[in-house]
Amino acid sequence: MLRNINIGQYIARDSIIHKLDARIKIIITILMITALFFIDSFKGYFLFLLAVLFIIYLSQISFMRIIRGLRPVLFLVLLTLILHIFFTRGGEVIWQWRFITIEKNGLITGLFMVSRILLLIMFTSLLTLTTSPLQLTDGIESLLRPLKRFGIPASELAMMMTIALRFIPTLLEEADKIMKAQMARGADFESGNIIRRSKNLIPLLVPLFISAFRRADDLALAMESRCYHGGEGRTKLHELKVKTQDFIALFISILFSILVSFF
Amino acid sequence: MALIEIKGVDFTYNELETPALANINLSIEAGEFIAIIGGNGSGKSTLAKLLNVLLLPGSGKVLVDGMDTADEKYKLKIRQKVGMVFQNPDNQLVAARVEDDIAFGPENLGIPGPEIRKRVDQALELVGMAGFHDYPPHELSGGQKQRIAIAGIIAMEPDCIVLDEPTAMLDPKGRKEVMDTIHFLNKEKGITIIHITHFMEETIGADRIFVMHNGAIYKEGTPEEIFHSISDIKRLGLDVTVVVELAERLKKEGFNLPDVLTISELVDCLC
Amino acid sequence: MLIELKNVTHVYEHERGTRVLKNVNLEIRENEFIGLIGHTGSGKSTLAQILNGLIKPSEGNVIIDGIDITKEKVNLQRIRQKIGLVFQYPEHQLFEETVYKDIAFGPGNLELDPEDIEIRVREALELVGLNYEEFKNRSPFNLSGGQQRKVAIAGVLAMKPEVLILDEPTAGLDPQGRRQLMGLLETLYKKEGITVILISHRMEEIARLSTRVIVLCEGKVQFDDSPEKVFAEVEAIKKLSLGLPEITEILHCIKERGFDVRTDIFTIDGAVKEIVSKLRRKDIC
Ligand SMILES: Nc1ncnc2c1ncn2[C@@H]1O[C@H](COP(=O)(O)OP(=O)(O)OP(=O)(O)O)[C@@H](O)[C@H]1O
Ligand SMILES: Nc1ncnc2c1ncn2[C@@H]1O[C@H](COP(=O)(O)OP(=O)(O)OP(=O)(O)O)[C@@H](O)[C@H]1O
Ligand SMILES: [Mg+2]
Ligand SMILES: [Mg+2]
Repeated sequence: MLRNINIGQYIARDSIIHKLDARIKIIITILMITALFFIDSFKGYFLFLLAVLFIIYLSQISFMRIIRGLRPVLFLVLLTLILHIFFTRGGEVIWQWRFITIEKNGLITGLFMVSRILLLIMFTSLLTLTTSPLQLTDGIESLLRPLKRFGIPASELAMMMTIALRFIPTLLEEADKIMKAQMARGADFESGNIIRRSKNLIPLLVPLFISAFRRADDLALAMESRCYHGGEGRTKLHELKVKTQDFIALFISILFSILVSFF
Repeated sequence: MALIEIKGVDFTYNELETPALANINLSIEAGEFIAIIGGNGSGKSTLAKLLNVLLLPGSGKVLVDGMDTADEKYKLKIRQKVGMVFQNPDNQLVAARVEDDIAFGPENLGIPGPEIRKRVDQALELVGMAGFHDYPPHELSGGQKQRIAIAGIIAMEPDCIVLDEPTAMLDPKGRKEVMDTIHFLNKEKGITIIHITHFMEETIGADRIFVMHNGAIYKEGTPEEIFHSISDIKRLGLDVTVVVELAERLKKEGFNLPDVLTISELVDCLC
Repeated sequence: MLIELKNVTHVYEHERGTRVLKNVNLEIRENEFIGLIGHTGSGKSTLAQILNGLIKPSEGNVIIDGIDITKEKVNLQRIRQKIGLVFQYPEHQLFEETVYKDIAFGPGNLELDPEDIEIRVREALELVGLNYEEFKNRSPFNLSGGQQRKVAIAGVLAMKPEVLILDEPTAGLDPQGRRQLMGLLETLYKKEGITVILISHRMEEIARLSTRVIVLCEGKVQFDDSPEKVFAEVEAIKKLSLGLPEITEILHCIKERGFDVRTDIFTIDGAVKEIVSKLRRKDIC
């Protein structure tokens, strides 16, 4: 039930998107997210959505899978929308009832924010869904490498990010397991109202963290026993190489982000 | 010089008053196939972790190819020489693709890319999993996952592989695959195998068996020597194999049987 | 207590739509001892979790005591207390800081008095062969593999379930622990009249106590019959990645040499008797 979150999960497929260089994908992601914040028309958002749909199609990842990934943030999205609708002022009055008024600016800003959040999540989850954690680390590390000169430990930073990324699904999986273990012995997570249910989640937290750390520990042990000792002196089976299609992808996305921000 | 030498080793976990290992002395030659059996909590896993420098002895010495595991500068070298396979296949695969997982060890050793490629392919071949490069681990069966874990170790070109109950979660076919693989590696590649198991029949092909009890090596010998003192084994809460037990019972019924270990030996003598 | 599965099909949400269970129909009656076997990934653990309502199947009905638990608004808690499940990986079952707290979790949910809970914890630990004083305050995560397994089993026994489902409970146990556990299951089944569903990759365990063996293959029920009948299908069983109990295997080998021995025997005692009666005693071998 908690396995729907997409961030930090990877789905192996044999697609063009999967084959792109991890560094290029990271740069494109940053580029597109930046562009997203410059868009200020519904046309722009619509165009962006079309682009995202096209990439999803190319990546061979099921559309439903991406949509399901949005479910956990639905609450946040709704809250944003409601707050903006009721509290952002300006523009003509659309609707009024006693002291509650909805004004045009509120509605529009609300809808913009919602589109922004949803598209942002879709795009970043596409990055992690199509890039294996190892490639992602390598990409981040390689991009950060110039910073080494200024004494920033790029390899360790990158490894930490990967482990954090790996940790999210682990944490969710673990929560799922402990919930099942407690349910199997009579705990109740399913009945009652929201307050009651949230309260029942409390006994889950301590064991969750204990066991997530233990899982991380197990994994660290397995990695250590295979000579992992930080990025120093590590070689790669697949050395990152920027190919023609990477340049093409980069070029297209630069064009697209300029285009879309002026819409 | 023996490949692995353990001299007077004690080990105690912080939490416990009684030591998990007490005065362990043993030596293992290169190319041997060793089986370790013993009751729950007798110290088998602890001993295995000492060999791979995941734990350091409280007192005494663990030497791998003459190198002391307590010496920080040998740590990586020793881990390269002595690989480790754990019981639960899900907790030891680190990458999202089979190929990347096998490459993980060699990458850490700083082997150049093309050489890693070669090793990955060879390792997959050796464990009989050629053609599975691209699979995500979660689409493999338990037995297949364990063989990938073994391939990941083989790609580091170790002298010795320690397997801690690698077959506990597998179906009979998966178990046979793994056993065949490690026997093959031992015979054809000369890799030393240390195999920890609760399946007594898996120890029959071993050169020597160590029997652990309460943190000590209680007994050591060939499968014939170990299993033909049935009462001794049973007293430790262990068991002999079905074949040995059946042969023993038949002898009591008046059959004239020599000491047998395998089904075919037993059937040959009976018929 | 009676469990009935009708056309149960299950798909895990995020997999590529592969059906892990396909159209499973089963009826589990009171006081049966069922052995459930199948290759790795055949769907045994999934089936086990469906049987006590932890997983809701994608299609089909699960009827327990006349109540369809796939319907909304069913109190699953009561059902899970009656149908105890020992998970495949013991570390997935343990979550508390101490062994005592972990085993007490289930009885705690039954709203028993503290004294009664303590009695149950003590009894459960004794049943699995661990010393109460020695283990009660230890962290379940710092135990050896086999000790963790025993604590996990004790946690379920402490709830006194009417149906006990055990998912590979003997994996990682030493021979003595295994023998004790099998003895315990035998007592629960024969003396207390409990229904036991045992999942195992060790055919000899399955053959020894089961009154009925269910064989799963790629999510489908391949066989559902007495152990004698199932293990007589030697070729089919081997094709399904499974094997025969070793003792049965020996008898088969003898039979192949032209001796007319029975091959539906699963115990050493039985095999000894059979061999003594059918084979001549040779003096020299
Ligand atoms: N992390 C730990 N912290 C504290 N004590 C531990 C830890 N791991 C194991 N022990 C204890 O050390 C002793 C030896 O444990 P070990 O895991 O070596 O046994 P084992 O022979 O592998 O048993 P099994 O067959 O059950 O796996 C046991 O008494 C166990 O409870
Ligand atoms: N939580 C899950 N999410 C997605 N897929 C799963 C999940 N659990 C199991 N599966 C998949 O469902 C299939 C059946 O798994 P299951 O664990 O029921 O098999 P099993 O018969 O218990 O195998 P084993 O003998 O290895 O324990 C497998 O292909 C497995 O990969
Ligand atoms: Mg162990
Ligand atoms: Mg299972």
